[in-house]
Amino acid sequence: MIRIDAVTKRYDDGTVAVDRLSLDIPDRAITVLVGPSGCGKTTTLRMINRMVEPTEGGIFLDGADIRRQPVDSLRRSMGYVIQNAGLFQHRTILDNIATVPRLLGWSKQRARGRAAELMERVGLDAALARRYPYQLSGGQQQRVGVARALAADPPVLLMDEPFSAVDPMVRKGLQDELLRIQAELGKTIVFVTHDIDEAVKLGTMVAVLREGGRLAQFAPPVELLSAPADAFVEDFLGADRGIRRLSFFPSAGLPLETAPLVPLDADAERLAAGADAPYLLVTDADGRPLGWAEPGRPLERDRLLDHGRPFRPGTDSLRSALDGAVLSPTGWAVAVDGEGRALGVVSQRVIGDAIRAAHGRAGADAGAVR
Amino acid sequence: MNVLDLVRAFFGDGAHWHGYDGIPARLAEHVTYSLAALLLAAVIGLPVGLVTGHYGRGGNALALIATAGRALPSFGLLVLMVLWTGLGLVPVMIPLVVLAVPPILVTTYEAVRTLDPSPVDAARGMGMSEARVLFRVEVPVALPLILSGLRTAAVQIISTATIAAYVGLGGLGRYIIDGLYQRDYEKVVGGAALVASLALSTLALFWAAFRLTVSRGVRARA
Repeated sequence: MIRIDAVTKRYDDGTVAVDRLSLDIPDRAITVLVGPSGCGKTTTLRMINRMVEPTEGGIFLDGADIRRQPVDSLRRSMGYVIQNAGLFQHRTILDNIATVPRLLGWSKQRARGRAAELMERVGLDAALARRYPYQLSGGQQQRVGVARALAADPPVLLMDEPFSAVDPMVRKGLQDELLRIQAELGKTIVFVTHDIDEAVKLGTMVAVLREGGRLAQFAPPVELLSAPADAFVEDFLGADRGIRRLSFFPSAGLPLETAPLVPLDADAERLAAGADAPYLLVTDADGRPLGWAEPGRPLERDRLLDHGRPFRPGTDSLRSALDGAVLSPTGWAVAVDGEGRALGVVSQRVIGDAIRAAHGRAGADAGAVR
Repeated sequence: MNVLDLVRAFFGDGAHWHGYDGIPARLAEHVTYSLAALLLAAVIGLPVGLVTGHYGRGGNALALIATAGRALPSFGLLVLMVLWTGLGLVPVMIPLVVLAVPPILVTTYEAVRTLDPSPVDAARGMGMSEARVLFRVEVPVALPLILSGLRTAAVQIISTATIAAYVGLGGLGRYIIDGLYQRDYEKVVGGAALVASLALSTLALFWAAFRLTVSRGVRARA
């Protein structure tokens, strides 16, 4: 565990970047430091690998003061990923990743073997190994940055706005990749961002900092969304935190109706069975949804209403289900399995009931914890 | 007779290829003076440029030194040095070094100072010592500019080293000065052609050094 104990950073000109900050950063989890610019989040991160020295207070790694060990060996035991990747443009991708193992005295061959392994782990094509950084896209460079930080298998990973400089689609891919890698490796990650959505998505714990480097709230994301500590945190979380909180509730328990499902080639008898439903969901021969039709009329493929974006019960959250229902012109969301075959439909009203029930359970759980 | 005829006559004369005043001997002297001056200038300019560039401090002082160095007339300095120290190699070396230090120093300083700070930050964060950061991260990327500073200095030294002949030393300047004194224009033109080709060969040499030492990853962007 990394313990930040009453740390203050005051610069010579009197500016206070971090003000008596205390945080217990849990092992093998992602802790996100988030806040507006000037809140001291990067300074806090850089104090963990002593790129910045605190003015007061101390930082302890598994109980030992980090000032006790030589600064270079401390840094080599912590992976470090920065915003623009900071790759060495005179070195190949493989040699960039092999940097820390080489610093630790590994042979060139062993370090490169390890680097090749990591390229695969972060989803980089082996053909890129001999390329140079300028030949890679921003997203690929950032993957190299992550691979380079992981090369010596450090227990701790420090990430300073690593995905801020890439476009939103690539960023989402990198975030998903990080969560996948973390599920495999279980590192202690400290992640700095100014993007609250990124914090909520990635963080096991989220520390919201305010200007002047003071801690506003330190909590798991779902708790942050349901119970912001004060007006600042609430304001920082932004609008629709209620909707966003739904991301943490599973859609698995939603009761699905199967009666309105009809294949395109359904006979009159089959159509009659669904006649009570306000709308029929027409599927193709494989059971994949095609669109909505009104009951009592002949089915015509090109006159179907768009069925919106389907959700997958089990993997998707209540937020996706609600989103599907809101987007669907009929007000019903379509549930599909992993292959895209329709499992059933569910109305906005039923999703609403499920949301109320989920809130009730979350409240009871929180009460039990306290 | 035009210049080309003079050049042809100079190089065609077998007598110009032997003895202490022969082309090989004068060329060797010229190269020796130039190399010595370049080495001295590099020994002063490179470390100071690298260190000030790495820490990003001292830029104003460097600019002052550079301007002063460039403003000093080499020939005037030579005469001054001879009056002060007497004839010899020292009064020749001083103006050459003074001429060569500013381009080396200022270009090296700028080359290192203006590097992208991210790789340097990453390197420190990975646990590289300051010396490693400088020599493994900064210098390889700054190399094209550093080499161009050395190249500028080398070419200036070669063309200016002709003044060594004024104070009784050898080098290709001998032909120009003696030729002028003797009204032997064949000699003057021949000497000038030799100095020019030596300067061009130096450019070729630096081009080769660039190809050999600069990484492909840096070259593509330089």
